[in-house]
Amino acid sequence: MSNWVLKGLQSGVVTTRYPRKEEKAQGISPGFPDIDSQGGDINGREEDVCPTAALYGDSNSLKLDKGRCIHCFRCVRNTGHPVSWTSGFEWASFTEKGTPFPKIFQKSLYIRVVDSGDCGACLNEVKLLNNPLYNMHRLGLFITPTPRQADILLIVGPVTDHMKTALRKTYDAMPEPKRVMAVGSCALTGGIFSSGFTSGSGVSSLIPVDIEIPGCPPPPLAVLHGLLTLAGRTK
Amino acid sequence: MKLQETVNQMQSRWNTELKIDLDLSAGTAVVHCERNTVPPLCGWLFNTMEYHFTGLVPEEGTEEWKLIYFFTGEADLGSIQVQTSAPLNEETFQSVSPIVHAVDWHEREAEDLFGLVFEGHPRLGDFVLHDDAWQEGLAPMRSGFDSDLAHSQRKPKSNWKPRKVLDAPGAFVMPIGPVFSGEAESSHFLLETIGEEIVRALPRLFFKYRGVEKLAEGKSIHDALLLSERFAGTTAFSHALTFCTAAEKLSGGQIPERAELLRIFFAEMERFRHHIGIIEGICSSTGLVVAASQAGILEEKMLRLTGKLTGHRYFFGLAVPGGLSRDTDDEAIKEALKEIKGILHDLNTLEKLLKKTSSFLDRLEDVGIITPQQAQDFELAGPMARGSHFCNDVRKLLPYGMYPSLQFEVPCEREGDGYARLRIFFEEARQAAAFMNQAAAMIKPGPVYTPYSGGEGTALAGVETPGGASWQWLRVDKNNRITRYRIMPPSFANWHGFHLAVEKFAFQDFPIIKATLGLSVAENDR
Repeated sequence: MSNWVLKGLQSGVVTTRYPRKEEKAQGISPGFPDIDSQGGDINGREEDVCPTAALYGDSNSLKLDKGRCIHCFRCVRNTGHPVSWTSGFEWASFTEKGTPFPKIFQKSLYIRVVDSGDCGACLNEVKLLNNPLYNMHRLGLFITPTPRQADILLIVGPVTDHMKTALRKTYDAMPEPKRVMAVGSCALTGGIFSSGFTSGSGVSSLIPVDIEIPGCPPPPLAVLHGLLTLAGRTK
Repeated sequence: MKLQETVNQMQSRWNTELKIDLDLSAGTAVVHCERNTVPPLCGWLFNTMEYHFTGLVPEEGTEEWKLIYFFTGEADLGSIQVQTSAPLNEETFQSVSPIVHAVDWHEREAEDLFGLVFEGHPRLGDFVLHDDAWQEGLAPMRSGFDSDLAHSQRKPKSNWKPRKVLDAPGAFVMPIGPVFSGEAESSHFLLETIGEEIVRALPRLFFKYRGVEKLAEGKSIHDALLLSERFAGTTAFSHALTFCTAAEKLSGGQIPERAELLRIFFAEMERFRHHIGIIEGICSSTGLVVAASQAGILEEKMLRLTGKLTGHRYFFGLAVPGGLSRDTDDEAIKEALKEIKGILHDLNTLEKLLKKTSSFLDRLEDVGIITPQQAQDFELAGPMARGSHFCNDVRKLLPYGMYPSLQFEVPCEREGDGYARLRIFFEEARQAAAFMNQAAAMIKPGPVYTPYSGGEGTALAGVETPGGASWQWLRVDKNNRITRYRIMPPSFANWHGFHLAVEKFAFQDFPIIKATLGLSVAENDR
């Protein structure tokens, strides 16, 4: 019989110190195009054009709609005038109606996850929040099996036609006060699937969204930052 | 060449009914035949000549319907396409699935999405488009379908109910999903039972149907590539690779050797990470928290390594027709191999510990059994098939890229239970690491990209993705626009055989069996 307790202890603590300290490990985030840099040209060959029109404007004043970016890297790896790239992961932003939870709820929140047609990457990043390297339990954040106990509805995927009923029912079953969190560019705008007849154009076409996490997929720390923002625990 | 013999036999059996285009140098034969010849011909190829069924591609031409059944043989048996056609106003074909059961879901899909009729098929309807959400006869894949109007013109069956087969006192249907308790992918299971044991399991999938094949129509190769990469994100690189291989077949262009080797390196890196993720899933399904955490640490380490090497944790944007979108310097690869060596060591330790944990093994051994015969009949793919001694692997069957110059044996187990599949995942992870080392040792300086010239025509490409053989079919017109894109992913074949593993086992085994199969829903639903 293997001694798992010993094995666990031997591994030591591997968890990130975020949010108390900055996380500087490499490969924790895919990043975004840096629109403040000079000289980027987005009107090159057909295979260099931004496929979801996340980057627009001209080379003097580039604009970026993060919610549309699908990390195809065309703008940065093209042969003409590549734009530069930034890292980081604190991308969460409230929508117009979105507000943090009232103070009494801030210490611990329960999350209900609904997959509304994602490719598996966003869902995998959400799964990794329970990974020892991120361990969101330490921050009082938990995934719950029932909408009745949930504070946050976390949605990944573009909201496919077949998932609409299930998503609606989950939302309706949650008690107030509740918040809706759209994770990934599919959930925000439909991403690459937005023009389909069965894949929707994001969560906000069905239920009101409070907070948006862009990225394709947003890395675990971006989701974590979003959850803390909803709890009103970020600066 | 055995393909010649097959063709000779075919001709002597069916004589004048067939028109065969044989290309011995490419090892392919295209057989044109009448609609009623298709079932006996396919049956003979599959059952007597032991060809593998690869997939079915239905196409709507300007004048006629065309169905292409793909078969691939071992050794030098070659590849055979069985083609049949019918005028556009005649939509009835003979079903092959009573003779070759592996065709079952392909024909159901064609019926649902193209509105074709398959005479003699045992069960049609309610498949991709759910009957409680869409009306019958929608046929969205037809060229005349207006995708904007669909939402406002709904006439679904309001009284739809799942079909109950079990007729016994106390029998009931246990529905699970589509939303699960944790963070599982959306899928629905109707489990019929009279108590403890699952008597009949009916997976109801396609909750995540995004219509990728329809979306790709009219797009350029470069834009469709993004779809092929993003319909199954955890195995994005190998699916993008399948697409690129097909596109490169169309243009006839060669890609640089460095790109070929780096593609192998990254494809195997993806397999390595994917399998660690499946192992993590198996450990957590049995409630073995420490083991799941250990595997989880390794998975995240691999994702970070991927992000460091390629700029994206899931290889997005890396594979492009003509090579790779960016080079990786040799120093970084050496560093990565060092790190992978450490991860592999930890993985081996984990396997040793797991093999000594009897409470864990009790949940896997003799549970979720698929027999070799079943695996063959359902033409299962990947680790799920190899756990049941059905050892097909595209890297051996139809080698692509630089795989012919690498040494390897396809891992295979006989028992077909959950434990056999777990051993396959560990063995394949080890093998993937060996591949990475072999490929890295052969890498020489050079370019990683040649401009992609495009090309007209059709191409089929197969790649061994982490989940098994994935096939993609492309038809491109003279303006370099895609007119037909067909994805035949491994999980489409494997979900077809899913019920084999769970039936006759108890309810508490269901999540564990599901974890040991390691199937992707997004990949199947497309």
